[in-house]
Amino acid sequence: MTARRTSVLLLLAVVVSLAWPALSTAQKPPTIAAAANLNFALKEIADAFARAHGKRVELVFGASGTLTRQIRDGAPFEVFLAADEEFPNQLTAAGLTRDPGAVYAVGRLVLFAPKGSPLMVDARLEGLSRLAKAGGVSRFAIANPDVAPYGKAAEAVLRKRGLWDAIRPRLVLGDTIAQAAQFATTGNAVGGLIAYSLVRAPDFGDRGPYAVIPDADYPSLRQRMVLLKRSSPTATQFYQYVLSDAAQSIFRKHGYAVPQ
Amino acid sequence: MDWSALRVSLWLGVGTILVLLPFGIWFGRVLAYRQFRGKLLVEALVTVPLVLPPTVLGFYLLVTFGARSPLGRAFQAVVGQTLPFSFEGLLFASAIANIPFVVQPIQRGFEAIPSDVRDAAACCGLTPWQRFQRIELPLAWPSVLTAAILTFAHTLGEFGVVLMVGGNLPGETRTLSIAIYDRMQAFDDRSAGVMAATLLVVAVVTLMTTTTLSRQIGSRRA
Repeated sequence: MTARRTSVLLLLAVVVSLAWPALSTAQKPPTIAAAANLNFALKEIADAFARAHGKRVELVFGASGTLTRQIRDGAPFEVFLAADEEFPNQLTAAGLTRDPGAVYAVGRLVLFAPKGSPLMVDARLEGLSRLAKAGGVSRFAIANPDVAPYGKAAEAVLRKRGLWDAIRPRLVLGDTIAQAAQFATTGNAVGGLIAYSLVRAPDFGDRGPYAVIPDADYPSLRQRMVLLKRSSPTATQFYQYVLSDAAQSIFRKHGYAVPQ
Repeated sequence: MDWSALRVSLWLGVGTILVLLPFGIWFGRVLAYRQFRGKLLVEALVTVPLVLPPTVLGFYLLVTFGARSPLGRAFQAVVGQTLPFSFEGLLFASAIANIPFVVQPIQRGFEAIPSDVRDAAACCGLTPWQRFQRIELPLAWPSVLTAAILTFAHTLGEFGVVLMVGGNLPGETRTLSIAIYDRMQAFDDRSAGVMAATLLVVAVVTLMTTTTLSRQIGSRRA
């Protein structure tokens, strides 16, 4: 009976060693690292790119800071679309990019409240201020300012309105702006400061009212894109496509401002 | 349902078993039968992945094998890719995380073999290898199987390490548990739900199998 078991194990080993190369060396489309606010817009752009050029790209979403760290640690991404300029500039300074790259979109922040929330949304956060004074803010969602530029922008807005100290103990921090949006819509948060591009997405649905925060209330969310050193011709083509008129109109549709 | 993620998860589970089982059988037997100095420390080290948060393992792997470390750079120069952010890196991390799940059941399995059985086998003139192959391994087999199943199940459920050293690369390091997280963030609750249900079913079936196996062992002893 051991002989039979040994042969079964041997067979398994053979199967695995045969299948192994298929897992790792099969020709793969380039992997694009993108800030989480791009979750919906970039998918549409990648589809349009596939239609226009017949080539696929793989999209991986995360917080800009997390992705930057992963790229520095050797993650095999070929293009990086960040939510700010600082993180891609760090990579350029570290010699990991082809060139300083280009600003491809400007993000916007909204104050969002899920249906049934006591929070009245307005661009100047007066409703939030009233609710905070009344002690009615159970939880408030933003992205982690350390790794997500949209979180940093949210912190700036709260500080500008003098609400930071009052809201801070009530904050729930998402790893990415997408997770912050998740927290703002589910659970017991009264709302959150999240990306305009996310609340406009069809998959987000009609989950509650929101108000766009004036651009002047936070440092601009100019989003920079860089080609990484190891990028393939397809990745370069995708990089150029993101800057094309076709892609830029998709960004506008998703609530981004066009870079000046 | 993200089929490539399911495939990565299944391969990771099978790969971890294949990598760890030979080591586990050898080392579990050593721990069961040999007395040596520092055994207590060795046993503690074997168990440590069970109590450490996955972030500790992830941190050390990134610091040791990331592109910014000398070792990671050397590895990258030879292989062309760092160990983190690759399937092989996940396999390595998963093998370390699963050491206690393999070694402990197998050690107990060998310990449970009555010493007179082993003595009798030795008296009959069987060589150590024959004793191991014909007597000990067949008797300890249910424990080996339990170890394999537990490792498989635990690998399928692994999240923290994969999140830290995997990088969510489709078809390479995006496992089913990572894909659920990813889909949740894209407000795609339906896909996340299907995948969560899949993992739940696999986990329940796995636990039922291990329970059945351990009952078999129990009844055979009685």
